[in-house]
Amino acid sequence: MGYVAVKGGKEAIEKSVEMYKSRRFREGHDIEVENIKTNMRQLINQVMSEASFYDRDLCALAIKQAEGNMEEAVFLMRAHRSTLPRLYYSTVTNTREMFVKRRVSASFKDIPGGQILGASPDYTHRLLDDALLGLQTLADYVTDEDEEEIEYEYKLDALPKVIDYLEAEGLYSKPEIDDTPPDDITKKSIEYPSSRSERLQSLTRGQTGAVTSLGYAEIRGYGFSTHPNIGECRVGDQPIHIGDMDGEEYFIGDIELTEIDAFLPDEKESSDKEDYQSEMTFNIGYGLTFGQNETKAIAMSVLDYSLSHPVENAPTTDDEFVLYHIDSVESTGFISHLKLPHYVTFQSKLDRMRQSGRKSE
Amino acid sequence: MSTNDIVMSIRDVSKRFGEGCEVCREDTSTLNGNICPNCGTVHAVRDISFDLHEGEILGIVGESGSGKSTLMKMMYFDQENTSGDYYLRSYEEGAENVFDVSSQKKREIRNEQLGMVYQNPLHGLKINFSSMTNIAEKLIAGGSRNVGEMTARGDMFLEKVNIPLSRKFEAPKNFSGGMQQRVQIAKALSNYPPILLLDEVTTGLDLSVQADVLELIKEIQREMGVSMIVVSHDLAIIRMLCDRTMVLLNGEVIESGITDQILEDPQHEYTQQLVYSIL
Amino acid sequence: MVQNFAFLDEHSKKEIRRKTLKAIAVPGYQVPFASRELPIARGWGTGGLQLTLSLIGRDDIIKVIDQGSDESVNAVNIRKLIQDTTGVPETIDMNEATLVQSRHRIPEVPLRPSQILVLQVPMPEPLRAVEPSERVTKALHGDKEYSGAWIKMFEQIMKYGHVTDDADYPVLVNGRYVMAPSPIPRFDNPKMNDNEGLILLGAGREKKIYAVPPHTHVASLAFDDHPFEIEDFSDKVCRESGVSGVFMDELIDPDTGENYYVTNDTSYMLEQLNKEEEHVN
Repeated sequence: MGYVAVKGGKEAIEKSVEMYKSRRFREGHDIEVENIKTNMRQLINQVMSEASFYDRDLCALAIKQAEGNMEEAVFLMRAHRSTLPRLYYSTVTNTREMFVKRRVSASFKDIPGGQILGASPDYTHRLLDDALLGLQTLADYVTDEDEEEIEYEYKLDALPKVIDYLEAEGLYSKPEIDDTPPDDITKKSIEYPSSRSERLQSLTRGQTGAVTSLGYAEIRGYGFSTHPNIGECRVGDQPIHIGDMDGEEYFIGDIELTEIDAFLPDEKESSDKEDYQSEMTFNIGYGLTFGQNETKAIAMSVLDYSLSHPVENAPTTDDEFVLYHIDSVESTGFISHLKLPHYVTFQSKLDRMRQSGRKSE
Repeated sequence: MSTNDIVMSIRDVSKRFGEGCEVCREDTSTLNGNICPNCGTVHAVRDISFDLHEGEILGIVGESGSGKSTLMKMMYFDQENTSGDYYLRSYEEGAENVFDVSSQKKREIRNEQLGMVYQNPLHGLKINFSSMTNIAEKLIAGGSRNVGEMTARGDMFLEKVNIPLSRKFEAPKNFSGGMQQRVQIAKALSNYPPILLLDEVTTGLDLSVQADVLELIKEIQREMGVSMIVVSHDLAIIRMLCDRTMVLLNGEVIESGITDQILEDPQHEYTQQLVYSIL
Repeated sequence: MVQNFAFLDEHSKKEIRRKTLKAIAVPGYQVPFASRELPIARGWGTGGLQLTLSLIGRDDIIKVIDQGSDESVNAVNIRKLIQDTTGVPETIDMNEATLVQSRHRIPEVPLRPSQILVLQVPMPEPLRAVEPSERVTKALHGDKEYSGAWIKMFEQIMKYGHVTDDADYPVLVNGRYVMAPSPIPRFDNPKMNDNEGLILLGAGREKKIYAVPPHTHVASLAFDDHPFEIEDFSDKVCRESGVSGVFMDELIDPDTGENYYVTNDTSYMLEQLNKEEEHVN
């Protein structure tokens, strides 16, 4: 009889996984995925956005499976994403066709088409609602079910954009249309200096907290340090189409999006070079996320602008600094890997430490 | 290059910041200062040519914006030129325009055939690394792989620039401005480059420290016979160091010749102003 | 849910194999690739795993080790994913394995021709410690400008009298590219030189693949008068097997409080013990 390998690792892992997976049932209250879908909308929005995967049902499942741990839920969705072949790209979609559910402008008191508050926690008072300790019904939270439909001046899927007004005033000039196909960062890793399409994709799937923190640092004092003005914040349903070989387009469904146009002051390219004083104009920082993720989308618009306008020694305007560190799966994975055994490398380090002790003796 | 004692030749070198337009690309006489009134392009350096002879110190003097620093940066490949040629006797015997060689070759030339002392020691030194390592950087880049040889060379040059050897393992961040410049000079010289470039090296130093550093440069030139280009806005420094001088204004050479001659009998109105202001 | 053979979709695997071929063609050069997310965390071996999953076929026999051990938790976990998605047999025997994935060690048994060793890489850029920017390090590799790596070691010698880099000690591959060999101990660096098998290195989070093809010259960076040093186990003997000349784990005897040494490569130790037993019988 020869020697056999110790099998400790395998059994330990199996038991650990079993404990983790069974924990919820020991507490006795399993919930249905449908409950998560209707009650945890904002969690789902966050997971869809960070996973760059639009599927409310699977994200709800991921949240349940991860016991509500965001980094785990996003990770589950990203891993699932890797198993799916990508068969189509959608055709170009224009957010002017968004069916708007919410739309506010911070820059003007009133805007063509009007401010539409829609559903938002912005003006709730953050007081714990103990009524929710029990189960409530629609009637407990709706004052008047049979409200009259409001007459809108514009159709909700044909609202003008606030930016049009600035353009008409000559305070903003649209960049020339650029039909270069966007780089796809899930098919080719970003090469630096990054393109704007790479930056926008990377930012929109960035970890919500990381994108928010860096956007905050940028406007608080580490970059251009200017207060951006939110020209328009839109939340609504965007129709998505795919095209066939003959150029026919097929509607495949709506996705909820949050879109931000942030106005930032910029120098105008002057045609009159005799006059060395620059003229000011507005430029746009753009944010767009799957689902209703308004804070993240605003922070994204700030970073979109800052990364296109680098300032020396400002990390929040350095594309490598920002894009390398905002991905949830990458940052949480690398930080958590420090838990793994490292005794071989540590042995190597011990050897060097002892060597240095010997030298000084 | 024809004459044997010419170590560097610059021919029709220009540097534009901006695309330029039909007007200013053809004819720079319409510029307002060095800026094109039509398109706003800055013509920092315009069609400059000169030779550097073996063992001489050539001064380039001018006010800020005259193009002297841009010219210096192009010579050290810190900045790309827009047009013109650049020949070094030490590279392919001056047969190849070194502006056109690969970036790898340019690094080689920088590391092995040129020394540079920047106005700001931050640009020339890794201020958190020891002084010895800073000197070795140039040697390592030049291919040296022997620690003992490099530290011996480092000791020699640190002594030459009067840095006490007791401080050789200390990082220049702890040093005074004058000492930092001396470490930079030691580093620049460490692999015996035939050409040393000095960009406003004493600007910002106290007068007595300035005098020390200038004396050191003269001494090195006498001892090692290295050819130097000294860029300065200060005619007093040029007078002290340089055999020949070029005066730059708005990116152009407006006057050049033996330093004493320029100082005694300046031809151009601008040079006259400069000279009289230091008298 | 129904899963693909070897988890990834075929398009992704093909793309990874294309990048791997490029890596083999330019030894030591870091080839960027569109790294996929896997069911195992980024930083836990996803670069190596993507290489393994893109290469594995039904006839392969897989060996997975971490810290020199087939039974380390992370090795078990990775092996389980490979087996669950492919059904290929596993082994701990280097002589049986066709494909070996490892973290932090190159096995003591030399690779044989046609055998592939996949190493997991956390930080593929050997110049990162001296230069944080990727676009700059890319240009430095392009120009073969490696002063940064040497200066770092020179400064260590100035400060401590010797090079203090421990594991992941940089090597020069084929006289051209300076490469991070992954956090293997210095003890394993010489095994890369002129070896018979194919060594592939994958960094999932950093999205890079690189390779040391068979019979490639690999040299650890060292100064002429400060030669490269491996971890010193010259006077150590394995308490379990009596072997020496291998990389050892240092352990503390709970009874005596004294430290002792055991062969780190567990399957190698097992092989030695079994040989001995046969010999005795």
